[in-house]
Amino acid sequence: MYDEYFGQSHIMLRESVRKFIAKEIAPYVDEWEEEETFPRELYKKAGNAGFLGLGFPEEYGGSPCDIFHEVAYTEEIMRCGSVGLASSLGCNAIAVPPILAVGTKEQKQKYVPPVLAGDMIAVLGVTEPSGGSDVANLLTRAVRKGNKYIVNGSKTFITSGTRADYVTTAVRTGGPGHKGISLLIIEKGTPGFSVSKKIKKMGWLASDTGELFFEDCEVPVENLVGQENQGFYAIMLNFQKERLYLAVEAHAVAEIALEESIKYARQRNAFGRPLVGFQVTRHKLAEMATLVEASKQFDYRVAAKISNGQDAFKDVCMAKNFATTACDKVVYDAVQIHGGYGYCREYMVERLYRDSRLFSIGGGTYEIMNEIISKQMKL
Amino acid sequence: MNTVVCMKQVPDTETLIKINAEGTGIVTEGVKWVMGPYDEYGVEEALQQKEKFKAGKVTIVSLGPDRAIEAIRTGLAMGADTAVHINDAAFYEKADPYATASALAAAIKDLEYDVIFCGKQAIDDDSGQVPAILGELLGLPVITQVIKLEVADDKSKATVTREVEGGHAIIDVPLPAILTAQKGLNEPRYASLPGIMKAKKKPVDVKTVADLGVSVEPMTVIKEMSLPPARQAGKIIEGEDAAEKAKALAKALHEEAKLI
Repeated sequence: MYDEYFGQSHIMLRESVRKFIAKEIAPYVDEWEEEETFPRELYKKAGNAGFLGLGFPEEYGGSPCDIFHEVAYTEEIMRCGSVGLASSLGCNAIAVPPILAVGTKEQKQKYVPPVLAGDMIAVLGVTEPSGGSDVANLLTRAVRKGNKYIVNGSKTFITSGTRADYVTTAVRTGGPGHKGISLLIIEKGTPGFSVSKKIKKMGWLASDTGELFFEDCEVPVENLVGQENQGFYAIMLNFQKERLYLAVEAHAVAEIALEESIKYARQRNAFGRPLVGFQVTRHKLAEMATLVEASKQFDYRVAAKISNGQDAFKDVCMAKNFATTACDKVVYDAVQIHGGYGYCREYMVERLYRDSRLFSIGGGTYEIMNEIISKQMKL
Repeated sequence: MNTVVCMKQVPDTETLIKINAEGTGIVTEGVKWVMGPYDEYGVEEALQQKEKFKAGKVTIVSLGPDRAIEAIRTGLAMGADTAVHINDAAFYEKADPYATASALAAAIKDLEYDVIFCGKQAIDDDSGQVPAILGELLGLPVITQVIKLEVADDKSKATVTREVEGGHAIIDVPLPAILTAQKGLNEPRYASLPGIMKAKKKPVDVKTVADLGVSVEPMTVIKEMSLPPARQAGKIIEGEDAAEKAKALAKALHEEAKLI
């Protein structure tokens, strides 16, 4: 299926990810969800398998690939059944690109290879308690003093934040608005940098989500990524891919929920026949399958456009909104088909229902996506 | 160090196996095929030895139809250098362990090797005979169920740990030799994307049995295959109290199950 996008190498990559999940994640994932964390060594294992370097340049330990290798990896890693774990494991995908895009050679050499190898955890710190989507108005301030920046402020909802080795941090160095934002690499252990708490969440339980504090935190000036007050653009560069991944994650989760529902509807009996024996169930499954298929085809098409270098700024926002809305509906129906069991922790759809709720919030909310789409429509 | 790894593509353990209409084999349609898991330990060990000696070549040899190329590519993606694919569907269809070993021996005899790795068994027909017959045909010592391998620096011999009932046996064996891999020997690596991309360009020598000059007939023929009987439903022992239930259980074990 979809031979125009996926060839033999994509199939083999999927196989490697499936094996990795079967051996390294599946036996423990329920436990990790309960414990609300997973062992740090999983980063190393994923690094060794080459998964963390997908799409990154070879000279920094990455494996250059086409966009559909990344799509295939994203779809498969979701099959571990914990969106939080998969996302936490992949947190480097948003923290590293700004460094590679505008960082110095020294920064790239120091901060990229250890992350792709799984020896270091890198996260992106943009969102603040005072506002998330409104990136241009962030408040964390960095003031240059000699050869240091003195940083004061806080960040929240930082995926993998509690054990990050460094944070690619958005700070205000200039005046108000997006033209006053810079990026600083702030290392763990820098005086004045602390992780205040691990946030308790509805889903994404295996992922540690942190709130970070900077109090007169002294960051060497050589940790400035790109030029001062140009940080907003470096963040923006990666938004397109981040949104595409979220859309792909949403259709992948929806597909798993659909598969789980079909499996359940075949084996569960009610009133003397399996659930699939009822037209109401069959039609529900047919509608779910249609939504999954439409999201997938849309997402693949947008991925192909990005890969061809075509403008997909509007498309990717539409794809994200479409896929996340479709996913919301599919996981809702999946729980409905499972009945009481769908509300219980031992069934995968229960977790998918909670975990997928974030898709229309993270990486730009549903409303922000619509705002961008409507601007592109020149309304 | 040069090594040869004999590898068979087998149905994935999670595949639902059905017997064909003639009762002589399995239905191959819809089966997911993978590299034999014990063969995978063999591939990994060959790669680790090559890395340790920082020299040599790992060659995969596999007998199987067209589809076997997928498992061969996986081995190449893990890091093996070359492969020989004995692609002969007619021969493969009726090959017994003797015929299989004969074809493998013919393909291997001109290769350079210090060790030939095999899985301790294929997980489909479980015969476990091929390595031993291969050893006989090539005149090599065979050590089975290997869980640890140390090759001497001059590659003249190896110290091998093998699993035996309730313990381990440590054996010195002159090289070249055939070693069959048991679980525990190593942790096979995952085929990485760079490995997958490189595998596309690695040479696979495709040969028929006729190319190899093998003209053997199988010595054994599978007459019939059957699935294990379906598990019977459990029985709940009824009774007023524990003593009565125990009595009923003892009676059932004696009279129905005939266990006591």
